Amino acid sequence: MRKNNRIRFIIFFILILLLPLNLFAANVQEYILSNGLKVIIIEEHKAPVATFQIWYKVGAVDEPMGKSGLSHLLEHMMFKGTKNYGPSELSRIIQKNGGTDNAHTTKDYTAYFEILPSDRINIAIGLEADRMKNLLFDPKEVVSERNVVMEERRLRYEDDPQNSLFEDVVATAFKVHPYQKPVIGWMSDIESINSEDLINHYKTYYSPDNSVIIIVGDINPNEILKQIKSEFENIPRTKIPERIKSIEPEQQGERRIILRREAEVPAVMLAYHVPNFPHEDSYALDVLSVILSGGKSSRLYQSMIYEKKIAIDANADYVGFSRFPHLFYFFAVAVPNKTPSEIEEALYEEIEKIKKAGPTENEVQKAKNQIEASFIMEQDSIYMQAMKYGLFEILGDWRLVDKYLEGIRRVSAEDITRVAKKYFIEENRTTGILIPAKKVDSEK
Amino acid sequence: MKLGKIINYFKKNSIFISLIFLTVHLLLLSDSFAVNVNRTVLLNGLTVLHSENHNLPIVMITMIVKSGQTHEPSDKAGLANLTAELLDEGTKTRTSKEISEAIDFIGASLNATAGNDYITLSLSVLKKDLDKGFEIFTDIVLNPTFPQHEIDRKKQLIKGSLKQREEDPSFLAEKAFIKEVFGEHPYSRLVEGSEETIDKISRDDILRFHSENFIPNNSILSIAGDITQEELIILLEKYIGEWKKIELPERKHLKLEINKNKKIVKIDKDIKQANIILGNIGISRDNPDYYAVSVMNYILGGGGFASRLMNSIRDEKGLAYDVRSYFAAYKEAGYFQSELQTKNETANVAIDEIIRQITKMRTEKVSEKELSEAKSCLTGSFPRRLDTTRKISDFLATVEFFNLGLDYDKKYIDYINSVTEENVLRVAQKYLTPENYILIIVGNQKKVNFNQQ
Repeated sequence: MRKNNRIRFIIFFILILLLPLNLFAANVQEYILSNGLKVIIIEEHKAPVATFQIWYKVGAVDEPMGKSGLSHLLEHMMFKGTKNYGPSELSRIIQKNGGTDNAHTTKDYTAYFEILPSDRINIAIGLEADRMKNLLFDPKEVVSERNVVMEERRLRYEDDPQNSLFEDVVATAFKVHPYQKPVIGWMSDIESINSEDLINHYKTYYSPDNSVIIIVGDINPNEILKQIKSEFENIPRTKIPERIKSIEPEQQGERRIILRREAEVPAVMLAYHVPNFPHEDSYALDVLSVILSGGKSSRLYQSMIYEKKIAIDANADYVGFSRFPHLFYFFAVAVPNKTPSEIEEALYEEIEKIKKAGPTENEVQKAKNQIEASFIMEQDSIYMQAMKYGLFEILGDWRLVDKYLEGIRRVSAEDITRVAKKYFIEENRTTGILIPAKKVDSEK
Repeated sequence: MKLGKIINYFKKNSIFISLIFLTVHLLLLSDSFAVNVNRTVLLNGLTVLHSENHNLPIVMITMIVKSGQTHEPSDKAGLANLTAELLDEGTKTRTSKEISEAIDFIGASLNATAGNDYITLSLSVLKKDLDKGFEIFTDIVLNPTFPQHEIDRKKQLIKGSLKQREEDPSFLAEKAFIKEVFGEHPYSRLVEGSEETIDKISRDDILRFHSENFIPNNSILSIAGDITQEELIILLEKYIGEWKKIELPERKHLKLEINKNKKIVKIDKDIKQANIILGNIGISRDNPDYYAVSVMNYILGGGGFASRLMNSIRDEKGLAYDVRSYFAAYKEAGYFQSELQTKNETANVAIDEIIRQITKMRTEKVSEKELSEAKSCLTGSFPRRLDTTRKISDFLATVEFFNLGLDYDKKYIDYINSVTEENVLRVAQKYLTPENYILIIVGNQKKVNFNQQ
């Protein structure tokens, strides 16, 4: 993320699940321009606002060796000026028109958005088209922004013990696949990125046929489409190189890492390799993650925080909406006087319970209800709606939301037991332990 | 049912004798769009705000109980928070587990959090489950039992999480800052209290805090979404018909002693970045200068990439990922702060630059362009403050709490638009104190090597 909103980097989302219900399905209009740019328009007239988003199918997995963090630094540079606008001018223009803008980079994609009063949404269209073709890479600005990103890395990872643990676990779980690398990049890699690297990356991947535009809000689709065509259709497509073909080989034994550093409480993280959506097992894994940690009645909360009183935090998270197979995480933070092995054992105990006895019918239904409700609630926000369509586009096609829905509805208690037995095995696990090392001093 | 009929019905049956909603239209900039709001004060003293819209089958509820950390004794700091956190851990008819099971089963979310001035409860629920959701929501407000074993459990959890947050250098900086800026005032403490004060809180304290503060004439209920007025009235009658008005205990006015001297606090921690906060005492929410201050702060460091601090410290110098300034305006007082994180070695340069920008703000008028851009952003972004049902529900409750009036949307625009360059200079001179600041530096002090007195 380019702007820090003081929200901690979220490792675990309890519900990132996006479940469409035909009853409330939005009226989606799709167009493909002559240069391959896909446009998705959804009318939503409840408030006089609209969001414009442009998603590029490029992320950390597409970076060359030794240049981790390139996609993210490019995202930052997208705010540093074009032939027509000076550095940060774009944000200033959006803000003075009552809007807000930001962007985020992941391992799979890079997304930019603006939210504006709907009668001014054309401003966003013009500015996004401009920086898709006219971005400048002033070497002075590159150096300055690189320093900013290095500060961002210090803030988010180096000085945050739990995020450091997360970074270490992921880097250990993947030895072949580029999911190994953090989105922000390793410090020395960031430092090595120069203007030329950025220009290459930009010219290669910021092509109209490698991107999708999503607009949701109080707009007239015909007028919007006309505007988009006039701004974007003249941008030529480039040749996207072949994508990576790395496949993470099957893990054949537990990998265990220890992180000893200044921290107040121990933490434990488990990561199991799992398939991604739309693999048939992905739906059961999704429902299982909600059974384990969706709300205060969930298994991990009830067992580790409520009953045993050994954890102050206990979560499970399935990363299923990704371009390549990813991980299923368990994460727990110990109560100050408890040891890492106590919470680690408690996590295994919960995993074994699911494998042996499975969830109850009631638990499966409850999880499905939670997924359904969160889907409907999410529609309250035009930003979240656009995010959902963008994400499914990155996975292939926004219409996959229907497939996802059907999949979730099919999940039975037996499916959940089956996937738990299949993936939650020691050979397939990477375990990370955070052991607090030093103490804080204070002087006046 | 027509309104008259409803009133007649309740005349016979309940405490809601004159239930007349005043309808106000919050007109948002564009004339075609309005959020309709009904406001009424029930006979038991509860203020009810209702905004109906049927775009989605959801209902968002916000309740404000007008008591927070300002209403707890200093040696029992954390009492309001602990009470709020325990509301859903058992009622006369439901155990903690039964509450969370029921809420999760309908895919709802239920939260209660204490703040400086008030406690907020919120419920997000699907329309089809509104009755069940509202039943539980009101049950935890009216009938919590605060079982001792739940109190013990929750205390341990809060203390554990306080400990964990010590890992976060920005938390340490913030904690040190409010302590210095607010002195003896309750705002100087963490809402959670401290390990020591949490231990001193007894079940009786919690029961008393609940019975004295969770009363209708001390509360605001805001409801937005897929619910008609008739449906709302039936719900209120069914679930809070017996909620009785009680006289509020007298509240003593809390004195704020302002520390006029420069104060520097260094906290040594083996980290890569220095976390810096520089600031001073600010203004309360009802200060008429609030709007001029908003404009001034937008230009200084509140306006993101349009602000001077971001422009200089991030964009030009590449010193920090995030730098901002902020006026926190609570009911009784407030603070001003600028904060950033930069590698230990560049802490001094960054601090100097903050002071330089603050000084400039006090000595030179802002440009016409800066002023007009700040105003157009603050006014133009107003519709986005009401673009979801959840935001509408929360907004109405807050506007009511601070007595801003249901025409606040119009007044806000006028207030902001009337701010002049002179106003900005005046409030900068009045509320920014670059000589007598409070400065907090959390970082590796050897590397930071702070070089000023």
